[in-house]
Amino acid sequence: MRNNKRISRTVFILLGTVLSLLWLYPLYLIVTNSLKTKAEIFTNKLGLPTSPTLANYKDAFLAMDFYRSFVNSFIITFFSVVIICICTSMAAYALSRRPGKLSSFIYFGFALLMLVPFQAIMIPLVSVFGSIDMLNRIGLIIMYLGLASSMSIFLYYGTLRGLPQELDEASLIDGANRFQIYLYIIFPLLKPTTITVVVINALWFWNDYLLPSIVINKDGLYTIPLKMFYFFGEYTKQWHLALAGLVIAILPVIIVYMFLQKHIVQGISEGAVK
Amino acid sequence: MKMKRLTYWAFLAPCMLALLIVIIIPFALGIYYSFTKYNGFQVTAFVGLDNYVKAFLDERFLRSLWFTSAVSFVSVIGINLIGLGLALLVTQSIGKFSTLFRTVFFMPNLIGGIILGFIWQFIFLKGFEGLFELTGLSLFNGWLSTPETGFWGLVILLLWQMSGYIMIIYISFLVNIPREVVEASIIDGANAWQTFWRIKFPLLAPVFTISLFLSLSNTFKVYDQNMALTKGGPFHSTEMATMNIYNTAFQVNDMGYAQAKAIIFMFIITVITLIQLYLTRKREIDL
Repeated sequence: MRNNKRISRTVFILLGTVLSLLWLYPLYLIVTNSLKTKAEIFTNKLGLPTSPTLANYKDAFLAMDFYRSFVNSFIITFFSVVIICICTSMAAYALSRRPGKLSSFIYFGFALLMLVPFQAIMIPLVSVFGSIDMLNRIGLIIMYLGLASSMSIFLYYGTLRGLPQELDEASLIDGANRFQIYLYIIFPLLKPTTITVVVINALWFWNDYLLPSIVINKDGLYTIPLKMFYFFGEYTKQWHLALAGLVIAILPVIIVYMFLQKHIVQGISEGAVK
Repeated sequence: MKMKRLTYWAFLAPCMLALLIVIIIPFALGIYYSFTKYNGFQVTAFVGLDNYVKAFLDERFLRSLWFTSAVSFVSVIGINLIGLGLALLVTQSIGKFSTLFRTVFFMPNLIGGIILGFIWQFIFLKGFEGLFELTGLSLFNGWLSTPETGFWGLVILLLWQMSGYIMIIYISFLVNIPREVVEASIIDGANAWQTFWRIKFPLLAPVFTISLFLSLSNTFKVYDQNMALTKGGPFHSTEMATMNIYNTAFQVNDMGYAQAKAIIFMFIITVITLIQLYLTRKREIDL
């Protein structure tokens, strides 16, 4: 019996290792080829580089204006996420502290809006924001707030329902106003939910392409996904630069993943299941 | 103590305003546009149902809907089979390897659609070419140059991207199955196979509803990966619905027509997900 168990354990580990290597193989090919010269990629596609060079990285870094596109991506992701956390937790707090028909109705309205796919509003969204001259950064951040609101309110509302009202009441008697209670008592208690909200939204905004591609029309404001098209022009495809560019683009996310892996996996799982 | 009315509205205001200008107004306008000739700046004519009639006769649009459904159907099955398989594998008692495997399988999900598309473009064009030169197997030859290889290319990309995500969801349910139930079945003489089919599988019914719903709606709406992998080529044969709508709107500039297509697309995705939810919910009760 025990022997049996050890054998199955070994088989599982072996199987997992083989699958993991298979899973990583595409990334391995990208990284190894990014260290080759343009000519070597044509003659040696699968092997290790004969004389690894970082020259592609230097060129790609400059070509995609990496520093600026990184800052652009960061600004949009950061401000969108912060604003969403504040606005949606406040909305969910209000809904949970005035239960009744009105709140149920509003909650149901939020749920209904989640059924509208992005494709159905993509075209008029650009007309509406274009007509009030609100495209580019600020427009994009407001759009993200609108698109992410319902989901984030659900997540916060679920947690808030479990927090007893007495918590607020004690402070109200002590003379605190609602905003102070929200800021100093409620919001800190929502931290696990906030992590979930941050993770699912930050990943979405950081990686998003379609919406920024129709909203951002100034080259200097391009985010990393938009900049990737620099390497994939109509006729020229410079794989040596493109591969280095892809690695540079993935690196920030992978580094964050290494440090915050537990939070990220948990956030994704809670966001999906609730 | 109820929250005061004024405070209540003040707390709700930012989200409600954002939803109003980002979803409600554009949605209402969108329905209106779908009945008009609209070029992005002004409505030049009210055309009634013409755009809808045109869409149902538009072969390229119908093909993109068919292609989207096919990609989505095959990927959803694949993603869920692989996701469940991986979840079962990493929840075995294999100690630290469990976390390591999870990390690897989930990683592609962190990478954005555009970057994923370009990564796989390289794999299919150059990596597969290398494998073809190495092995001589015609299986690896000429990827993304035909509708079939474009289709399977997109499916493989989606499997790589989303299986790890669905795995995470299956794991969160698998670890909640009470240990005693599983142990009791083993004491009663069930083998691993029986334990899975008789004990774990029925208890997983609610997670199928969730993971099928998520994978269905995620694959149906794909745009970025499609754009970066094949850009719809060759000859629009791998154009998914979103790309078709996008091209009609922003390349042909026929926005009223594109909007009618978008409304049809919304209708289809709503019906399909409702059917899926109905069927899996029913199964949940049956089991």
